Amino acid sequence: MTASHGKIAGINGNMLTVEFDGPVIQNEVAYPVLNDLRLKAEVIRIRGAQADLQVFEDTTGLRVGGPVEFTGELLSVELGPGLLGQVFDGLQNPLPELAEKCGFFLQRGTYLEALPRGRKWEFKPAAGQGAAVRAGDVLGSVAEGMFTHQIMVPFNLPGRYTVREIAAPGSYTVEQPVATLDDGASRAQVTMLQRWPVKLPITRYAERLRPTEQLVTKIRILDSFFPVTRGGTYCIPGPFGAGKTVLQQLTSRHADVDVVIVAACGERAGEVVETIREFPKLKDPRTGLSLMERTIIVCNTSSMPVAAREASVYTAVTLAEYYRQMGLNVLLLADSTSRWAQALREMSGRLEEIPGDEAFPAYLESVIASFYERAGIVRLNDGRLGSVTIGGTVSPAGGNFEEPVTQATLKVVGAFHGLSRERSDARRYPAIHPLDSWSKYPSLIPEDQLMLARRMLRDGNDVNQMMKVVGEEGTAIEDFIVYLKSEYIDAVYLQQDAYDEVDGATPADRQKHMFERLYSVLMARMHFKDKAGARKFFQALTQATKDWNRIPMDSDEFKAAERRITQMLAEVTPNA
Amino acid sequence: MRRIYNRVERIAGNVISVRAQNVSYRELAQVASGRGVSLTQVIRLQGDMVSLQVFEGARGIATNAEVRFLGHPMRTAFSSALLGRVFTGSGAPRDRGPVLDENLTDIGGPSVNPAKRIIPRRMIRTGIPMIDVFNTLVESQKLPVFSVAGEPYNPLLARIAMQAEVDIIILGGMGLKHDDYLYFRDTLEENGALSRSILFIHTAADPTVECLMVPDISLAVAERFALQGKRVLVLLTDMTNFADALKEIAITMEQIPSNRGYPGDLYSQLAARYEKAVDFDGAGSITTLAATTMPGDDVTHPVPDNTGYITEGQFYLRNGRIEPFGSLSRLKQLVNGKTRADHRTIMNSMIQLYASYRESLEKMSMGFRMSDWDRKLIKYGERFEKEMMDLNVNIPLEKALDLGWIIMADCFEPAETGIPTRMIEQFWPKK
Ligand SMILES: Nc1ncnc2c1ncn2[C@@H]1O[C@H](COP(=O)(O)OP(=O)(O)O)[C@@H](O)[C@H]1O
Ligand SMILES: [Mg+2]
Repeated sequence: MTASHGKIAGINGNMLTVEFDGPVIQNEVAYPVLNDLRLKAEVIRIRGAQADLQVFEDTTGLRVGGPVEFTGELLSVELGPGLLGQVFDGLQNPLPELAEKCGFFLQRGTYLEALPRGRKWEFKPAAGQGAAVRAGDVLGSVAEGMFTHQIMVPFNLPGRYTVREIAAPGSYTVEQPVATLDDGASRAQVTMLQRWPVKLPITRYAERLRPTEQLVTKIRILDSFFPVTRGGTYCIPGPFGAGKTVLQQLTSRHADVDVVIVAACGERAGEVVETIREFPKLKDPRTGLSLMERTIIVCNTSSMPVAAREASVYTAVTLAEYYRQMGLNVLLLADSTSRWAQALREMSGRLEEIPGDEAFPAYLESVIASFYERAGIVRLNDGRLGSVTIGGTVSPAGGNFEEPVTQATLKVVGAFHGLSRERSDARRYPAIHPLDSWSKYPSLIPEDQLMLARRMLRDGNDVNQMMKVVGEEGTAIEDFIVYLKSEYIDAVYLQQDAYDEVDGATPADRQKHMFERLYSVLMARMHFKDKAGARKFFQALTQATKDWNRIPMDSDEFKAAERRITQMLAEVTPNA
Repeated sequence: MRRIYNRVERIAGNVISVRAQNVSYRELAQVASGRGVSLTQVIRLQGDMVSLQVFEGARGIATNAEVRFLGHPMRTAFSSALLGRVFTGSGAPRDRGPVLDENLTDIGGPSVNPAKRIIPRRMIRTGIPMIDVFNTLVESQKLPVFSVAGEPYNPLLARIAMQAEVDIIILGGMGLKHDDYLYFRDTLEENGALSRSILFIHTAADPTVECLMVPDISLAVAERFALQGKRVLVLLTDMTNFADALKEIAITMEQIPSNRGYPGDLYSQLAARYEKAVDFDGAGSITTLAATTMPGDDVTHPVPDNTGYITEGQFYLRNGRIEPFGSLSRLKQLVNGKTRADHRTIMNSMIQLYASYRESLEKMSMGFRMSDWDRKLIKYGERFEKEMMDLNVNIPLEKALDLGWIIMADCFEPAETGIPTRMIEQFWPKK
C-alpha cells in the first residue's frame, strides 16, 4: 500500500487539520514534518479532503502548508520477549534508552524500538513440522526472567496454517525467523516480534469465563471486605491526597499475580520514579527475584504530551493482553483514568464536538466501558487459563463522585473502592469508605462472619450519628459498646500501616486467622460498670491488637500477644 | 520573506487576528499600539488566519497596527548577571539595570525524562512544627499554599525561603500587590539574599494576560541553574491569577469551558509548570512553592482542586495557621523515616488525637456533658494549637518532637494515645 501525503491547513494546540490526497485510514499514524523532525500523530477524524490529527508531541514551530506523511498503519505496539522490566512512555518508547540518547529532557520526534534488537534469546521449539496451527498457538518458547515466554503464531494471521519449518533450539534475536507457516496459498515467516494495534483487543482465546478466583492483595479491607478477582475490574475514586496512588503502589507490590503493568497516566512523574528506583531493589516474595522482573511501567505523566496520555492506557492494556495469551495472570493498574478522560475532552473540544456533562464528549461512557471490557479471565485454545485484571483510579473534580467519569466507571466495574476525605483527614488509612464501597466478588472471609462485621460497622456509625444529637449521656451503654466495637474493627483491621513491614501486607491465611479473633470480640457479651470503663477497655484492647498486628505470624511472640488479647477479653465477659 | 503586516482583521478580548503567511505555531510577534510595542504569541493557525494573544492586552490596538513576526518562540536570557535583578513577565528589566539578551534559551521547554529523576531525599527545615513534624517539606517538592485572600501566605513563603538552605531563589509574581513585591524585595535584601535571587514580577496594576509568562520564564531560568548543579527554590504567587488569565484567553477563543468557565486543559496547563520541580540525577534541583488563593475559601474550586491533584501535597493556611486537616506533604515519608525514630509516631498520633479533640469541641458547642475523656482531649487540643500550630513558634524538628511527647504525657495515659507499646517504652516521658 502506498501511503498518502498531506499539507497542514490549520493548527490548534496539538490538533492539526491536514489536507490530503489518496486514501487515509481512521486512526492511522501520520507524521507532520518539521525540518528534520518527524512528529508522531494519529488521524482522529476525516471530513472530505481534510483529516484532523492529534499530535503526540508539542506542535511549536509547525506551519500551515508544512508536509505530512501518512503511514497507512494503525498505532501499534511491539510484542515479544524483553518487555518485562522495561519503562516505556505512552507510545512504547523505552525511557532509559531515550535518556541515554537525549539526556535530561524528552526530545520530540525521537522514537526508539521497544524491544532490544541485539539481544539473543534461547529459543526452544514446541510445535513440530507439519503441525496445524492458528493465531495465538504456541510455536516455541524462550525464558524471560522467571517466565516461559511463549512465541505464538502472530495474532494478525487469519485462518489455519501448517508449520513448514521450525527453528532448531538455539539463540535468536527477535527479528530472526523462528518458523515458516503455510496456509496453502502463501507462506508467512514468523519472528519472535509481532505488532498489534493498541485500540483493538487481542482475542485469540477459546472463551471468556466468569471471574471467580480471588486476587489477594494483602490489603485487609480489600481482600476481606471489598475483594477483587482475577479477570475482574475495580475502580478507586477519591479526592486528591486520599490515597489512590499509595493504594495502587501497595497493590503493585503485593498482588498475587504473575505480571503487573503500571500505567502512570497523566499524574506525577515523581511517583513513577519511586517505582522505577525501588522495584529493582525489592524482592518478590513468590519468586525471590526483583519485583521489576515481573513489572512493566507505561508512563505518560502529566507534563508529557496529552495525546500520548490517551494512547498510554491502550498501550498498557495491549501488553497485558499479550501476557494473558501465555496463560499468565496479569494485573493492570491505571492511575488515573480521569486524566485519560480529560485528554479525550481536550481533543473533543478542539474538534468542536457537541459536549456532554462537564464538557466531556458524549461517547465518554462507551470508551470507558470498552476499556474495562478488555479485562477478563479466558480459556486459551489449549485449555490453559489466563487473566487480565484492571484496577483504575478516578480523580473526580472537587472530590465529588457525581461526575461523568466516576459514574461511567461505576457502571462497568465489579468493585468500587471509594476513598473518603474524612477518613484520610483523620489518617485512617487506607481511606476506603467501609460503608459506601462495594464489591460483587466473593471474599476469603466466611459469609456469616463478614455479615456480622458489616452490620457492626453500620450500627456503630448509626450510634455515632445519634450521639452527635443526643450526646454520650443520652446513649445506652449497649449502643455505646456497639459503637466502640465498630471503632475497634476500624482501628485494628480496616486500617493498616502501609509503612510497617509486617502490618503493611497481610497474607490470606493471616487475614482469616485475624478475622476469627475479631469475630470473637464482636460476638462477646461484655459487661462494664460505665462508659468510661468501656472506653478504657477498648483503648487497651486496640493497642494490644495493633501491637499484635506488627508481629510476624510464625513467632512465639505472636502467640503470646494473641493470648493477651484473649485474656483481656475474658476479663470483661464473665459468663463466657 | 514578509514578516511585517499592517492589517488586523479581528480584535476580541486580548486576542487579535491577522492574515499572514509562513508563520510558525507559538511564534512571537510584536504589535504596535498607541501605548508602545506589545508582545504577542501565535495561539491558533487556520489557513492564513493567525490568532495572537496580546500579553499587554489588546486595548488601544488599531486595525492598521503594525504586526511584526519575530520568527522564534518566547525566550529568556540566561547568565549569572540575572542574579539580583528584577524583570517583568516578559523578561524586560523592571529595575534600572541593563537589558539582558545573552545566551537565549526557550521557555516552556520539554519535560524531564522520568528516568533522569531521582527520589528526593533531603528535608528542607523551616522551624515551623506544622511543616517539619507533620508535613515535612522535601527538596524538589512542588507544593502550593492554599489560602483565602488576606491570609499571610506571602510572609509564609518569604519565611520558608529565608530559612531554607538553597543556592538560588526565584520569585515569580503574578498579580502581586506592589506592597507585597516590595515586601519580598526588602526581606531578601535584609537577609542578604537578594544577590542570589531573581525576581520576575507582574503586579496587579499590569494587564492580566501578561502574567501568563511568569511561571514559564521563572522555571526556565530555574531549570538552567539546576542543570548547573544549583539547588533552586521557586516561589510563585499567586497561581490563581495565572489560571484566571488562562481562562480569559480560553473564553476569548470561544473554547468550551469545562468547569466554572475554566478551560478543559487547566489541569495540563498547571501540570506543565508544576512538573518542572525536579531532583536531577547528577545535577541540582528545583523546589516550587506556590500561593494559590481560593475564591470563597472553597477548596473544590477548579484552581485549588486541579492544583491539589498535581502538586505533592499542600499547606492549607487558615486563620493564620497551617491547618492539620487538608494540609499534606506527600513526600514526607521519603525523609521522616530517617530523622528520628519517633517522628512518624508523633506525626500520626498527635493528628489522630487532634481529630478527636475537634469532635469533643463539637460536642461541647452542642452543650453536651463532657466526659473525662472529652476533657482530656480539650486540654490536649488547646495546648496543641498554642504550642505547635501557632505560626510564631520557631523551633527545630527535634525540639518539636520532644514537645509533642511532653504535651501528650501531660494530657493522657500512654494506652489512650494508641501508640505502639515499644515506642511508649522508649519515648514516653517519665514522671
Ligand atoms: N495507606 C496509607 N498509609 C499511610 N499514609 C498514606 C496511605 N495512603 C495515603 N497516605 C498518605 O497520603 C498521601 C497522599 O496519598 P496519594 O496516594 O498520593 O493520594 P492520591 O493519589 O489519592 O492523591 C501520601 O503521600 C501519604 O502521605
Ligand atoms: Mg495519586
